[in-house]
Amino acid sequence: MKKTKEEKQQNRVQKRQNLRVLGHFMRGSWILFALTVISAALMALVEMVNPQIIRVTVDNVIGGTEMSGSGAMNEISRSVVSWLGGTDHIAKNLWIAALAIIIVAIAQAGTIYMFRVINAKASERLIKTMRDDLYSHISRLPFSWHAKNQTGDIIQRCTSDIDTARRFVTEQLTAIFRIVLMLIMSLVFMFPMNTKLTLIAVAPLPILTIYSLVFHKKIGSGFEKCDENEGKLSAIAQENLTGVRVVRAFGREKYERDKFDSQNKYYTSLWVKLSKTMSRFWSVSDVIAGLQIMLVVVFGAVFCIGGELKSGEYIAFITYNTMLVWPMRRLGAVISDMSKAGVSINRVSYIMNSEEEHDRTDAKEPDMTGDIAFENVSFAYENCPEIIHNVNLKIKAGTTLGILGGTGSGKSTLMLLLDRMYDLEEGNGKITVGGVDIRDIKAEHLRKNIGMVLQEPFLFSRSIRENIGITRDGITLTEIREAARAACLDETVEGFSKKYDTFVGERGVTLSGGQKQRAAIARMLTQNTPIMIFDDSLSAVDTETDAKIRRALEERFGTATIIIISHRITTLQKADKIIVLDHGNIVEEGTHETLKDAGGIYEKIYDIQTGGIEEVGA
Amino acid sequence: MKKAKEKKATRFFGIPLVAPYLGRYRMLAIAMILCGLVTSAVDVILPMFREYSLNHFIKDETLDTIVYFILLYVVTVVISGLSNYVSCHFAMRMEVTINRDLRSDAFSHLQKLSFSYFNQNSVGYVHARVMSDTSRIGSLLSWTLMDTVWHMSYLVGAIVVMFIKNARLALMVLAIVPVTAVIFAIFQGKLIRINREIREMNSKITGDFNEGITGAKTVKTLVVEEKMNRDFVKDTETMRKKSVKAAHFRALFGSTITFASALALAVVLWQGGLLGKSEIGTFAVFMSYAMGLMETVRWIIDAISDVITTQVNIERYHNLVTTEPDVKDSPEVIEKYGDAFDPKKENWEEIYGDIEFDDVSFKYPDGDEYVLEHFDLKIPFGTNVAIVGETGAGKSTLVNLVCRFFEPTEGRVLIDGRDARERSQLWLHSALGYVLQTPHLFSGTVRENLKYGNPDATEEEIEEALRLVSADEVVSRLEKGLDTDVGEGGDSLSTGEKQLISFARAILAKPKIIVLDEATSSVDTITEQKIQSAIDSIIKGRTSLVIAHRLSTVKNADIILVVDDGKIIERGTHRELLKAKGHYYNLYTRQYEEEMTKDVFDQ
Repeated sequence: MKKTKEEKQQNRVQKRQNLRVLGHFMRGSWILFALTVISAALMALVEMVNPQIIRVTVDNVIGGTEMSGSGAMNEISRSVVSWLGGTDHIAKNLWIAALAIIIVAIAQAGTIYMFRVINAKASERLIKTMRDDLYSHISRLPFSWHAKNQTGDIIQRCTSDIDTARRFVTEQLTAIFRIVLMLIMSLVFMFPMNTKLTLIAVAPLPILTIYSLVFHKKIGSGFEKCDENEGKLSAIAQENLTGVRVVRAFGREKYERDKFDSQNKYYTSLWVKLSKTMSRFWSVSDVIAGLQIMLVVVFGAVFCIGGELKSGEYIAFITYNTMLVWPMRRLGAVISDMSKAGVSINRVSYIMNSEEEHDRTDAKEPDMTGDIAFENVSFAYENCPEIIHNVNLKIKAGTTLGILGGTGSGKSTLMLLLDRMYDLEEGNGKITVGGVDIRDIKAEHLRKNIGMVLQEPFLFSRSIRENIGITRDGITLTEIREAARAACLDETVEGFSKKYDTFVGERGVTLSGGQKQRAAIARMLTQNTPIMIFDDSLSAVDTETDAKIRRALEERFGTATIIIISHRITTLQKADKIIVLDHGNIVEEGTHETLKDAGGIYEKIYDIQTGGIEEVGA
Repeated sequence: MKKAKEKKATRFFGIPLVAPYLGRYRMLAIAMILCGLVTSAVDVILPMFREYSLNHFIKDETLDTIVYFILLYVVTVVISGLSNYVSCHFAMRMEVTINRDLRSDAFSHLQKLSFSYFNQNSVGYVHARVMSDTSRIGSLLSWTLMDTVWHMSYLVGAIVVMFIKNARLALMVLAIVPVTAVIFAIFQGKLIRINREIREMNSKITGDFNEGITGAKTVKTLVVEEKMNRDFVKDTETMRKKSVKAAHFRALFGSTITFASALALAVVLWQGGLLGKSEIGTFAVFMSYAMGLMETVRWIIDAISDVITTQVNIERYHNLVTTEPDVKDSPEVIEKYGDAFDPKKENWEEIYGDIEFDDVSFKYPDGDEYVLEHFDLKIPFGTNVAIVGETGAGKSTLVNLVCRFFEPTEGRVLIDGRDARERSQLWLHSALGYVLQTPHLFSGTVRENLKYGNPDATEEEIEEALRLVSADEVVSRLEKGLDTDVGEGGDSLSTGEKQLISFARAILAKPKIIVLDEATSSVDTITEQKIQSAIDSIIKGRTSLVIAHRLSTVKNADIILVVDDGKIIERGTHRELLKAKGHYYNLYTRQYEEEMTKDVFDQ
């Protein structure tokens, strides 16, 4: 019992949070939404005028009865008619009535256009704000958040969930508003004409609304079941296509076909069942609505004969009545759709409420050309055993450090720590650049001064030129080519038919592994940073190119501090200092000359890589 | 020849191509159409009740026939409800069943298509053909048809009634219809184009999100968040502008309908009013029609636009189901051995396991260059062939030929001394064990996956196979053992574990020929050793072709084929090839260094 109370409390908090997020998204569009509401009201109002023209025309102009009756509506119509020259004049010139209709129609067309366009503008502005906010927020979330969440799920939240949220605001909320408005306005015009008939017309409406509500509530689970099974069917097809080789090699085509067919049949049967329920709802509510109209027609006729209603009023009444029936039927559908929005808004709020990366308030932008030092650095990923154990390391400014280590030795982690992709926890040591703890340096400043080429280079789906030049606005092609030349990529790119405008396919599919690595290196070089990190980023490049790139680096970036991770001795041997990292510990430290005979891991690997095939015996 | 066929295919917006699917449900369709006609008839008739009420009850101030009036009214409304029920239900039923048939046919056909098709078309593309094109076509053949029947018959009915009541007035109202229709058609044409652009923009934005998320690390290290955001905002702004533009046309639709309806109403009021007091009923009925007509025209234009936009779906679907597989069993072979869905196992010969390439030349169907020329190779039963070469060098060609995923352009591949084409594909495949570089598991339990190649495998056989490849430990570690769900694509297992399971699966199929594409992905040392010994036990006593990356696998092979740039450039045993100091020598040396380096750290 108590738990449900807590849950309720939680629910309320969640709802408040959702509203806040939604309100935040609407900051650029609330004026448009206000205008939407106003134009919806105008539109409904104009729609009420036509039946009045017909009423007056039928009763007073054609019918020739005196314009009597009290109430604002009659007052207004009387004065309009007298302004137009009185009923007799109009009767002789019926085109005046027709013209009135057309003038109203112009106003009506105008308000409809206004409402729809403003509503669309509000809607598009809202979804644009949501997209932009999400994108920029996601890019500012810490890397640990990215590592934790699945791409597909996040994309789902950024696409279909925000669309549901948008529809909630721009379609469902406005629909509710319009329904209520139409209801009130129709009633306002119907009551003065005949109270009894209005009550008769209104009586069956609750039945229609309740029926529609109950139905939509009930059918919801049916839709969910269909969606779920469509997902299953789709997954079967997907698996069959990705596993086509396995299917063929095991000769299981028949099994696959039968599996698909049986799910296909089941899924279809669910829809057939659903279609029965839905058709029943449509036709039953049609019949109820039809009978309601019949009531109005019959009782209207009775009242007409009794002299309580004139024929023009009768026609107008029937028209207003249709305006009443339509919204009542829609209400159920809209309300049930609205209930789905909550889940989607929750899912979007989850992203927006995740905390962005932030610097300490007194974060500085110090000079970054100083020495780098790791002091007693230990680190563990969330819920994982420690991967870096008490590492101490000094890298003098302007020197080159080589790191040799196996998979899982923690070398990449060390570099991610230096770039503050993960923050060191208090008490787990510190990393300094020029004596300043990197936690006291603005992340942006830090990263702008550290150029890093990742193990698995990621290229954007843009042209090669844009990829390399992405780091700086207004970068010239000459600068781009210069960087590409240093990375030994220029010649290759010049060989492509579209040269630097060659488009890099999704995730860089058109380039080979080595070319991608070199593009990533060129891209980093354009940043012109005092610190450069190459995380195993020459592995897919052959030894000669590797040497060429390093030579170019030395010539052009002699003053930079360089860290190279590799397991190729030739890549490392010229470094001013080399460390060997093993299971999160620095086990050897020195230069190529001192390490190659030190009897440790480095020597063993050196021997292997220089020994050649004869010694190991074929 | 082919071109001529294509031209013919697109006639009548491709509808004749899919019409047979509608034909299967002829009775449903006829019932649906008949009921649709009834519904429209009722819609045309209903305003006449009002007319009668005005022209009789009110004018003559009598309620003499009111009982019949009510009865008839109720009956009409109920009939309308019933016919509506039947036509809606049948339309939906047809929609989903036609969808089902289209999907089923596409899926079955895909099971027969050759690998060249899958190499040329991405999974996403083919998947969309099976799942979304079919539903567009299904809704065209049901709902669009239904809508057309409803609105066309209402249009005709309303026109007829109007002419009967007052031909002059009818003509005047109808004069507005063609003008409106043309305006609608112009707007719709623009909308179709803008909507296409919006769809493209939409997938671009999804792509942007994908890139921003998968490339988050790179974006952060390069500190290009600002630039990426700016570029993204540009895309969303384009999207916004286009969407607003589309909304503008849609709004114009609404305005046009309202205005045209009002115009018709004005005509009725002006000219109808001249009829005088006695004809107020007729006047009212004309007003109802005048208002209803424009909406109807809008629906008809909508249906036409559906037909136009669905043409592309029909064409794509048609292309899929009419693509001929490159590898096909001859009618004689099917006669004797059966096809993939209906095998005649009683006629199958026992497979022994000899393979021979006899003067084989081969080029890929989508390539221009021969990758094999007059290639001869005998692989007697029990021989172990290793194929080595760089990534992307074309190592899978031989495997594809042996598996008959492709057929030689010239020459023959002999299985047990007879051309592979003389027996059915399924015959060969059921004697084949195939292990992929990236092991593909299906969603379901471990047991279901193991039994994939041999549904009749007993528990003992499963246990034995697992033991043989040391996958028994993997299974025993799982919470529910063999009944553990592996998740979609085997996501809940590690790569190494998936590999071991897929080995066991291959063994369970009791293959005579084993084809193995070794994984390059790095796994931990213990798993690595397990995989190595599993490979040894799999290839023992079988004819095997291994696309090899591990030195030990290569070294022990009976024949090594070295592939570069799609062609076989060296062949021989390990010793012979090392002595030759050619391509193999370099490859081996580098590989050796890498493996030894790794070993040093793993010690």
